[in-house]
Amino acid sequence: MTSPSADNANRSTDYAIEVWELTRRFGSQVVLDRVTLRCPRGLITTIVGPSGCGKTVLLKHLNFLLRPNSGKIFIDGEDVTSLSWRELDRVRQKFGMLFQAGALFDSLTVFENVAFPLVERTRLPRSEIERRVREKLAAVGLEGAEHKYPSEISGGMQKRVALARALIQDPQILLLDEPTTGLDPTRSGAIHNLIRQTQQRLGLSAVLVSHDVPQVFHISDKVAFMYKGKIRLYGDVGDVTHADDPIFKAFLAGEEIAEDEESLQTKPTLRVEAR
Amino acid sequence: MNFLTEPIRLLGAQTIESVAALGRFGIFLAMAAAYAILPPYKPRLAIRQIRLIGADSVFLITLIAWATGMVLGLQGYNTLRRFGSEAALGTVVALVLVRELGPVLAALMVTARAGSAMAAELGSMQVTEQVDALTVMAINPIQYLVSPRIVAALISFPLLTAIFDVVGIFGGYAVGVGLMGAPAASYFNGIVDNLTPHDVATGLWKSLVFGLTVAWVCCYKGYHAARMATGVSQATTEAVVLSSVLILLWDYFLTSVLL
Ligand SMILES: Nc1ncnc2c1ncn2[C@@H]1O[C@H](COP(=O)(O)OP(=O)(O)O)[C@@H](O)[C@H]1O
Ligand SMILES: [Mg+2]
Repeated sequence: MTSPSADNANRSTDYAIEVWELTRRFGSQVVLDRVTLRCPRGLITTIVGPSGCGKTVLLKHLNFLLRPNSGKIFIDGEDVTSLSWRELDRVRQKFGMLFQAGALFDSLTVFENVAFPLVERTRLPRSEIERRVREKLAAVGLEGAEHKYPSEISGGMQKRVALARALIQDPQILLLDEPTTGLDPTRSGAIHNLIRQTQQRLGLSAVLVSHDVPQVFHISDKVAFMYKGKIRLYGDVGDVTHADDPIFKAFLAGEEIAEDEESLQTKPTLRVEAR
Repeated sequence: MNFLTEPIRLLGAQTIESVAALGRFGIFLAMAAAYAILPPYKPRLAIRQIRLIGADSVFLITLIAWATGMVLGLQGYNTLRRFGSEAALGTVVALVLVRELGPVLAALMVTARAGSAMAAELGSMQVTEQVDALTVMAINPIQYLVSPRIVAALISFPLLTAIFDVVGIFGGYAVGVGLMGAPAASYFNGIVDNLTPHDVATGLWKSLVFGLTVAWVCCYKGYHAARMATGVSQATTEAVVLSSVLILLWDYFLTSVLL
């Protein structure tokens, strides 16, 4: 396996997304500290970590909602780090995104929310839009809720609507930011299963951010553990979950990670696979 | 040495931050203006905003204008009577309304009603990542959210101001002539004879400037609401306060320039 480097030549296209040495600062706070990560095509790569460690910021770099201070991003082997806005819109078409809070438009009904990208971005006839929206709503188990407003449906249903909207333009890559936060365990499980089914049925590559451990591991192929802006562990789900790293174990146990534990300078056993 | 250089450093940092903020404020408007001109055109978005900013404010504007006109009729009559010039009541009421109170009060009322709603709506869209959701769908949020509001404000403010002026003049008539007994004929004749196109143009310019200011400030504040619990309320408060202050400052400036 070749290690990712800054040159564009011979980029492997086995990876939907490759992130190389990505650094992002907000003021003096370094939120992403030379993050390197590869997300294989057709698999779910899950990023876990305590809240505030930079998961959302990393995810938002993947589809250019935020721009890095340094480092590179490759989508399907194409260096997209320095594309113009117009070109970015083209690459954005590859992505569907489910936001942490759903980000449904609360002035629009469920139907209008899911139809929104088609209505605004395409010239499809009304009947075709309706057909596609109904198909996607059926896929997430939401027939019959078309005319409700987001405020009138439960949190779990909102996530389903958001997922349907993320899928409406048939993306190749799905970005999911904490799709189960705020849901009870039963509903979380149902959403996890739905994500897995959808991803496999459509052959999508997915990046899933979560702190719903260990449940989320059941639907993950690759796992990255993020801690204080760095990827601390990365590998196949089985390897990472058994990693002998005190900070990761503390995170799994739901403990507050003590500062002194960090000062032990413990070396994690698994490094980012690519190094 | 540090305690000597520190204040200077802070002052410098403050200055740079202020200039940068002013720059962002200006760029925001420039982008909104550019996207208002560039395709794709979405007239239905602007029309929806004209309803929210303009049509839905008509009742409030009518009410305030009538009350203002009544006060002007009363005060004007009592003052003019001391000089024995009750016949000038119509002219005085109309001039005060068309040149000053119409544009200013209409703008302040629309700020309170629609400007605050604008800031709150955009703020909550920003805080709940709906703005990011637009970007992800390759829809430019400035073009989709800000440009229609600015266009709508530019159309609505002069119309609301015109309604304010007319209703106010009738309010003044109701009290000054109807109640206090100022001469009826000279009320409207005075207005026709003495109100110049320049007076009307002054009011029109003011309402356009106020409309731009209110939409600009309220959209900017809402769009840049901080992602925290108090982000939206803070943005709304700042939007209303800054809009109101700017309306009054602009009013003085424009009065002195357009006089
Ligand atoms: N737009 C922003 N401006 C300043 N700081 C930010 C911004 N977005 C995120 N941060 C900071 O970056 C850190 C990581 O945030 P985030 O990625 O949202 O964490 P999480 O892992 O919980 O998703 C936090 O400390 C947050 O305060
Ligand atoms: Mg997050």
